[in-house]
Amino acid sequence: MKNKFIYLSVLAMAGLVSCEPEFENAVDANYTAGEADFSSYVAVGNSLTAGYMDGTMYKSGQANSFPNLLSQQFATVGGGVFTQPSYEEDVNNLGGISGIPGFGTRRVINFATSAPENIAGTSTITLTPQATAYNNMGVPGAKSFHLLVPGYGNPANFPAANPYYVRHATSNTATVLGDAMTKNPTFFTNWIGANDVLSYATTGGVGVDQTGNFNPQTYGPNDITDPTVFAGVYSLIVNGGTSPAFGAVTGLSQNGAKGVVATIPSVTSIPFFTTVPYNPVTAAAVGGASNITALNAQLYGPLKQALTAFGAGSRINLLSATAGNPLLIKDESLTNLSAQLTAAFTPTLGAATAAFYGSVFGQARQATADDLVLLTTSGVIGTAPTGVPAPLDKYGVTYPLQDQHILIPSEQLAIANATNAYNAAIKSIAASKNLAVADMNAILGVLVNGLRSVNGQIYTANYFSGAATENKVLFSLDGVHPNSRGYAVIANEIIKVINAHYKSNMPFLNPSYFPGINVVATN
Amino acid sequence: MRKLLSLTIFALASSTVFAGGYRVSIQGQKQLAMGHTGVAIVNSAETAFFNPAGMAYLKDKFNLSVGGSALFSKTRFQNSEYNWKASSDNVGTPFNVYATYKVTDWLTAGLAVYTPYGSSVEWDQDWQGAHLVNNIDLKAIFIQPTFSIRVGDEFSFGGGPILATGSVNFNRNLSLNPLLSANGSGSDVTLDSTGITAWGYNVGFMFNPTSKLRLGFNYRSEIIMEARDGDATYADLPDFNQIPNTTFNADLPLPAEITSGLSYQVTDKWLVAFDYNYTMWNVYTDLDVKFGNGTESINPRNYKNTSTYRVGTQYVANDKFTFRAGWYFDESPVQNGYFAPETPRNESMGYTGGLTYQLNPKFGIDLSLLYLHFDEIDNSYDYSTDPVSGTANPDFGGTYKSSVFSPGVGVTYSF
Repeated sequence: MKNKFIYLSVLAMAGLVSCEPEFENAVDANYTAGEADFSSYVAVGNSLTAGYMDGTMYKSGQANSFPNLLSQQFATVGGGVFTQPSYEEDVNNLGGISGIPGFGTRRVINFATSAPENIAGTSTITLTPQATAYNNMGVPGAKSFHLLVPGYGNPANFPAANPYYVRHATSNTATVLGDAMTKNPTFFTNWIGANDVLSYATTGGVGVDQTGNFNPQTYGPNDITDPTVFAGVYSLIVNGGTSPAFGAVTGLSQNGAKGVVATIPSVTSIPFFTTVPYNPVTAAAVGGASNITALNAQLYGPLKQALTAFGAGSRINLLSATAGNPLLIKDESLTNLSAQLTAAFTPTLGAATAAFYGSVFGQARQATADDLVLLTTSGVIGTAPTGVPAPLDKYGVTYPLQDQHILIPSEQLAIANATNAYNAAIKSIAASKNLAVADMNAILGVLVNGLRSVNGQIYTANYFSGAATENKVLFSLDGVHPNSRGYAVIANEIIKVINAHYKSNMPFLNPSYFPGINVVATN
Repeated sequence: MRKLLSLTIFALASSTVFAGGYRVSIQGQKQLAMGHTGVAIVNSAETAFFNPAGMAYLKDKFNLSVGGSALFSKTRFQNSEYNWKASSDNVGTPFNVYATYKVTDWLTAGLAVYTPYGSSVEWDQDWQGAHLVNNIDLKAIFIQPTFSIRVGDEFSFGGGPILATGSVNFNRNLSLNPLLSANGSGSDVTLDSTGITAWGYNVGFMFNPTSKLRLGFNYRSEIIMEARDGDATYADLPDFNQIPNTTFNADLPLPAEITSGLSYQVTDKWLVAFDYNYTMWNVYTDLDVKFGNGTESINPRNYKNTSTYRVGTQYVANDKFTFRAGWYFDESPVQNGYFAPETPRNESMGYTGGLTYQLNPKFGIDLSLLYLHFDEIDNSYDYSTDPVSGTANPDFGGTYKSSVFSPGVGVTYSF
């Protein structure tokens, strides 16, 4: 009896010691896939889908691609394995592509200089074919129609081929969409189309607005895709079908897959176009007020006088010694007054110099708040144009910035028109298949004024500007692509859309725990 | 004897860690079994802690009580918005040594050594709340020489100074931002300070209006543990943000506690007792850490004063066996929005029980059992600052659920 009592006591104590505090509801008690099936998730798109950031693809950045982050959340509601193109070659986490000019290493902040720089080192990423279809079929640089072009991953087709797709195309005739469909998606995201307009924008509008040209084979790399072509291609990608240009295409939703399509953000919500002010020319920037006086006396004054004589005096105003002055730019939409200026300057400068001045300033004007200065132009301002002698050897001050440095309003209009047309097509095609739409244009638009996330943190579309705002910045150092934190915000926005549209409930990511910029002590 | 005692203390101290929260109410096996009542009870030398005034009424000339508990504390954390789960399991060993000696009929002297404050919480390194705490280990031992004087059978008073000695070890990440990390591990700082000493006192009086009823009052003073020139050691710093190790100063208050209560001898064998504790936690406004390199970390705590309501009973079955049981309700000093995972403690209900087996009139063995029940709670800590940006961190919170279980054993010797 006594022994039994002791035995029971010991048992009871052991039970209490191991007694685990239990929640009324397990953490995942309410997670559900809803009407969606995430067992085979495939992402198609461009660099934004691939996980491109800081100007390149690199190993640790790719790990935070929005589809990879999404797949981790899908895993809580039945999501399957999610694979991405291999970057195991990137042993030093540098990015870039070995041996191809223009594919440099990733951008970092050099702590010693506080400036963004390409990280030192040589890329170890090669074009060795992996010949594998992955769940993440985001191909950096791809435009809408590229997803349907056979041979886009065939190295024999350079420069028409895409080095990123060359790395993993399953064959020399494979298409991006065709490879994606071999994964038999039950769920997809499709965020394609940004490059159809963005490559025109990021090159300052040097390309051609191909609206009205229905043959994408004739487009240059920096042209704007015709909206009708875009809509046709987009419909093929989502719905499948047959077209004269691309033959029979199996679309993403054709086998009953559900998914999310994403719209194309406006350039005005991307720091690449909003960081550099139009009027950075201050007295301090040109070396003192005396230099402003000299510039007015020697260049701006005579130039304004001559232009006024031809009824175009508003193109140039005298510089202020106390306020920021606008950049000097070339606007190819202006009437070319080269001949008139040459004639006006000949008596003072001589025929040869006058002709040069005339050609340089024939379409020159000062920038306004309506012009967008590209982020890359910040490294051009004040430098010498090739072969141009003093005093005209300062871009933006004594020599007009060129077409590739600035988006003037007419170029912005072409971009906005195309973006709006594409987004209308995306939404209408999605509606016809009852697909969810992640309106990235609207979401990134909110960022301009600051987006308050569920955890109370405020995020903005600003470019990195120091430690005090670092935790708000969502864009990487290329100014176009999100950083890891930004991709987490994007994944959250897509989860919101999925939860609402497909009656799913899955957890969010906490963007505060994702890196923003990358800093190195020295470079 | 004295040498042996100090050796014993150090042996125990080296392994002493405590459960969640930092007031640990385990100051005697007999009284713990009675819901940790005792301000108006004269049972054993344990009264040196509960109310020094009671020592003068102990019947035997010499009384010794030595005891210890194994304290198993578990805290679980989850957040279904982000699918977070975390846990902290800790084992602590609060102990106590009490001795009293009747110098004359009216004067009793004694010594009390006990561990009323402590905290040990250990989350996984770099868990989601790492910017608040990775782990903390706070220890304090109180040494209290005590006297007690009785004025007849109706009134007594007593008290003594307290020498508190303690240590703290605290580790947390500098930021939740992965920018401050090296090779995937968050930059962290360890604050370590040992050999902190401070003085306080414990006083009380007891009033026995009838032979069956006792009333008691006890006041234990606030003690501020002042860590000075402790070690601040940094780890996993990125190359661009190397911080030399430095020192730190910080004050941690151990709050004052007022207790009043009564006991009533219902029959010769049956005693009931009620205690009320009021703990002056509002002294803990913030944890302000000043580093030797000139930086400062201010962590608002904003604790509020709390009440604890205790009920206990004792039944002397025969010469050999005495049975005890009790219950208490313990408020939490932590206010909404200040619920930090460093002391993840909400209000709790304690269920206690125990018995004494008296081997002979001089020597007895005490057993006690404590189970602390906590309801699950949704709460957050909303007042941390990110050192990178100097702006507020996002709130950190979720659902917490804790449980504490503690069996204890003690011996008494008296003649």
